[in-house]
Amino acid sequence: MTGAGSVAQMPIRTGDDVVRVRQLVRGHAQAVRLSLVDQTKLVTAASELARNIVTYGGSGVVRVDTVTSNGRTGIRATFADSGPGIADLQLALTDGWTSGAGLGLGLGGARRLVDDFDIDTEVGRGTTVTVVKWTR
Amino acid sequence: MERVPILQLGNALLVSIQVDLQDDSVVALQEDLAERIVATGAAGVVIDISAVEIVDSFTGRMFASIAALSRVLDAETVVVGMRPAVAITLVELGLSLEGVRTALDLEKGMAILDGLAARRGIEDQDPDDNAERPVTPGAPAP
Amino acid sequence: MAGDDGSRRILELVRQDEAVLLQRWVAMAVAPLQGRLTPAELAPVFGELLATLTNALDKGDLDIRSDNYAGPRALLAEMSRDWARRGFTPTETASSVFSLKETLFGLADGAGEPHQTVLTISRWIDTLGLYTFEAFARAREQVITEQAEQLLELSTPVVKLWDGVVAVPLIGTLDSARTQIVMEKLLQALVDTGSERAIIDITGVPAVDTEVAQHLLKTVVAARLMGAECTISGIRPQIAQTIVALGIEFGDIPTKATLADALLHALRGSGVDVVRQLRPGRRNS
Repeated sequence: MTGAGSVAQMPIRTGDDVVRVRQLVRGHAQAVRLSLVDQTKLVTAASELARNIVTYGGSGVVRVDTVTSNGRTGIRATFADSGPGIADLQLALTDGWTSGAGLGLGLGGARRLVDDFDIDTEVGRGTTVTVVKWTR
Repeated sequence: MERVPILQLGNALLVSIQVDLQDDSVVALQEDLAERIVATGAAGVVIDISAVEIVDSFTGRMFASIAALSRVLDAETVVVGMRPAVAITLVELGLSLEGVRTALDLEKGMAILDGLAARRGIEDQDPDDNAERPVTPGAPAP
Repeated sequence: MAGDDGSRRILELVRQDEAVLLQRWVAMAVAPLQGRLTPAELAPVFGELLATLTNALDKGDLDIRSDNYAGPRALLAEMSRDWARRGFTPTETASSVFSLKETLFGLADGAGEPHQTVLTISRWIDTLGLYTFEAFARAREQVITEQAEQLLELSTPVVKLWDGVVAVPLIGTLDSARTQIVMEKLLQALVDTGSERAIIDITGVPAVDTEVAQHLLKTVVAARLMGAECTISGIRPQIAQTIVALGIEFGDIPTKATLADALLHALRGSGVDVVRQLRPGRRNS
């Protein structure tokens, strides 16, 4: 499943790490020639998710790799933290389109920016968010 | 830590963001701006983001903070040069940038600030004036 | 073993007189094409193909999927792409390869070859012809994709109506993909032309669904974020009804019935007005 892009991994602890995560994801996105708008969306989503970890998750890690499916190529980024976990997932995912309500985690927004979005969370266990953006 | 340079352009201050800002650079920028607005008595702040590829909610909050900060110090803020990809992404993200004025480029941003300053100039002259009075003081009222 | 024997026999037939074989093959392939292809054009292509085929036969191989046939496969794929682009049908393309059969049958007959050889020739050329057909289908899909992209480009022109005013007159059905492209092109045009006003005219759009309406909305909001204003014009009565029925909130997005109205609105917004002269062509005194 993994293409020549190889798996890259990076710790997320500080605000400066968020910048590094952006650069890592952008590099992968450019390698598979995602369109400029799609690159921007993916990197922005990654920035939001990384920032969440810094703000709420304590510390975590991101894994970025290239994936293929049905002839399409995509970039997958997995954000895992050992933070408090999310109690009310439904609430966390419902941000109003213009109001930005919800828990302020920007999860709803990040979800809209990517093609595939998966979240695994449990109070006390931490949170793992996996996102994929496919080439058209 | 890299401090973002602040240039003076007429009666306004210009901040041109070129790189991904580290967290402490963001804090420093707000401090420096507050200082310079007071020191120069600037009436406007222009934030040029034409070189910025990613604006996330953290950056969006920074713009909102700067706008609020400036307003407290009696200056107006305009964000100029937003890239189409950034605008499209912000809409999808649901970030409205409430309270932040935007303009297509530096020239148009300055024009907006000039317009705002001119309007404030009239109000400052006589607090009872309203907008229907002619711009030139001394001219007869309609 | 039968394969080895078969490949040896075919190779011998070919080598009897390769030049004549090639000539007959080309002639037979070109015949049904009614002058759209000349022997002079086809001969080099088939000559190269024949050479690579004899190399494979020399290795005793009749399996065209094997590595020995990488050369012929590449040539057939290239030929299919070329013929697809030039408008030949898949049948015409595959038939040109199949016509090698008749030529070889003729030679086999003349050499008194056993029935088995004829069968082997037939099966071998069948696989080649079918591969050509497949390659053609793939090539045609690619041509269609490219043409679709070109069509998309042509059908979404952004025009500058006035200093500071750009417009996109949309024609035809809008789907999600096309609307997104329109959005991106329009926003980029605002930057490129330094325009603060944009008009999306949908007079030529027969129907709008929720997704398309959402995209139009997002375009307007994105333009505003950049510091520009976007108006939607040409909303036909049916579309207006659909929008209301779908419960889509058009909110405070400026809409105008016609492109002309939208242009006037945009001009006035930027401080320009249009004045009708009392006597056209002559200045008012």
